[in-house]
Amino acid sequence: MGDFWIILTGSLVAASCGILGCFLILRKMALIGDAISHSVLPGIAIAFLISGSRDSFLMLLGASVFGLITVFLIQLLQRGGLQGDASIGIVFTALFAIGVILISRNASNIDLDLDCVLFGEIAYVQWDTLILNGYDMGPAAVWMLGGTLLVVLAAVGLFYKQFKLCAFDPALAAAVGIPVALFHYLLMGLVSLSTVASFESVGAILVVGMLIVPASTAYLLTDRLSTMLVYSVILGVLCSAGGYYAAKWIDTSIAGSMITVAGILFLLAFIFSPLHGLVARFAKRRRLKRVPMPLN
Amino acid sequence: MGSLLLGLGSGVIGSFTVLRKQSLLGDTLAHAALPGICIAFMLSGVKSMGLFMIGAIISGMIATLGIHIITSFSRIKQDAALGITLSVFFGVGVVLMTKIQHSGNGNQSGLDKYMFGQAASMMLSDVYLMGTVSLLLILICALLFKEFKLVSFDPGFARGMGLKVAVLEQLLLLMTVVAVVVGIQAVGVVLVAALLITPAVAARYWSDALGVMVILAGLFGALSGVIGTLISSTLSNLPTGPVTVLSSTSIFFVSAVCAPGRGLIAKWIQRVRNRRVIQPNIESVGTHAVLQRTAAVERSTE
Repeated sequence: MGDFWIILTGSLVAASCGILGCFLILRKMALIGDAISHSVLPGIAIAFLISGSRDSFLMLLGASVFGLITVFLIQLLQRGGLQGDASIGIVFTALFAIGVILISRNASNIDLDLDCVLFGEIAYVQWDTLILNGYDMGPAAVWMLGGTLLVVLAAVGLFYKQFKLCAFDPALAAAVGIPVALFHYLLMGLVSLSTVASFESVGAILVVGMLIVPASTAYLLTDRLSTMLVYSVILGVLCSAGGYYAAKWIDTSIAGSMITVAGILFLLAFIFSPLHGLVARFAKRRRLKRVPMPLN
Repeated sequence: MGSLLLGLGSGVIGSFTVLRKQSLLGDTLAHAALPGICIAFMLSGVKSMGLFMIGAIISGMIATLGIHIITSFSRIKQDAALGITLSVFFGVGVVLMTKIQHSGNGNQSGLDKYMFGQAASMMLSDVYLMGTVSLLLILICALLFKEFKLVSFDPGFARGMGLKVAVLEQLLLLMTVVAVVVGIQAVGVVLVAALLITPAVAARYWSDALGVMVILAGLFGALSGVIGTLISSTLSNLPTGPVTVLSSTSIFFVSAVCAPGRGLIAKWIQRVRNRRVIQPNIESVGTHAVLQRTAAVERSTE
């Protein structure tokens, strides 16, 4: 049963991150996901200090607020004439530093472990169960992640057309009257929500990987957004299952090996993808060479 | 003293990386160093800073190579490529690190120090090593300043001048890797990017000349290193890395607000002055077009 819950948790993380990751990659904002996943730390720390418990809902709220603050600050600096990547770097390092200080100042009396925040402890997911009316309803993390996935699915499903247009051609989207800024912040809000929900179980670094790597792999495999979304989710689930068994086999960190599997899948797609892989490119070049040059 | 030299060195290198629009490369390299450190430990079985640095430098170079291959042989953009290398290398690093911890080697306790860094508890020999490397970096920068300047601003022209652009770029990259690896010891994996980016961006507010900017960035970096170490050693329970980063962020904020020419206050004064110059014209002509032009001028001064 433990295997099942861990893989389910990983797959839920992978699914919601995979969907959002596709949009992030298309909008060339992959590193904003990285920034958000680091800078929600002070939000978590503050929520923890206020409530004094690991109450998931409050943490979720605090962290989402900080996620949006991050996006807002990055945009503010960019409008002030700073390079995009430099402003990302400044904002997330500053917020992360605040978070680390908050936690280590109060480290003596709280049991919020920095390592746990960074790497997560997916192996313990099954012990922290949600009990409703005396019934054991399964791990709490699964419920939280399932809820997040539902929210993500609902938002993307309802506004699929709008998101698609904003991702590919923001100028056209603005011209036909779609509130581009609103959708930008909606997307960012969803990213922070799922980052935070995934945090406790899989850790900050794995979240970044899950946001970017499966979506990039899918990007190499197809040219259609809808197919890309489906591929990205499937790849994410594959990573979490494969990563879990690999970790069990060589006795190591589950989160780390999930990302390693994702990396291997990416490498395979990079070389063998029928559309954009190295082999396909090479074959195409050979074919083109064989065709005689038209005389004109 | 170690953090002073470190701040100086990484500030100087950072101004080149920021100008070449590779700010987040530092972040990626820092994460990518982890597997190198772990492998160095697994192979040697001892905790020696020199060996760790060699391992980290090698895996950092592999990571930059990976980014280069991904961006040039597929349609994946630079940012996604950075993210992929960052997370995959780090994932491998975490796998290796837990493997080391599970193998029950009593010597491993220091490895997780690399996550957050602990400048205050460094040994004297480590400080010497860090200081020497930082000094070396600064020296190379000073010697090759003219070449680096050309390569950063106009690689095409540099090539026309007969400079070996590829070699210089590789050298700059290698120096970035070294600066990052040294920085990890002091402030940890996550925050080392700030050492490179923040002082350089703050210095950019004050000057348009590269020479001045590089010196300023070095000074800012050194200043925040000293402030961070002082604060964290006087107050208990304060880790050095985050305090250093926050002090350089405050330097950045001060620069962003009051720097002459680019700061918020200077811009505001400029805008008021513009309006005063243009206002009489609007009153005499009073057309919509002029109003629009005022808006355009204001926007262009921003």
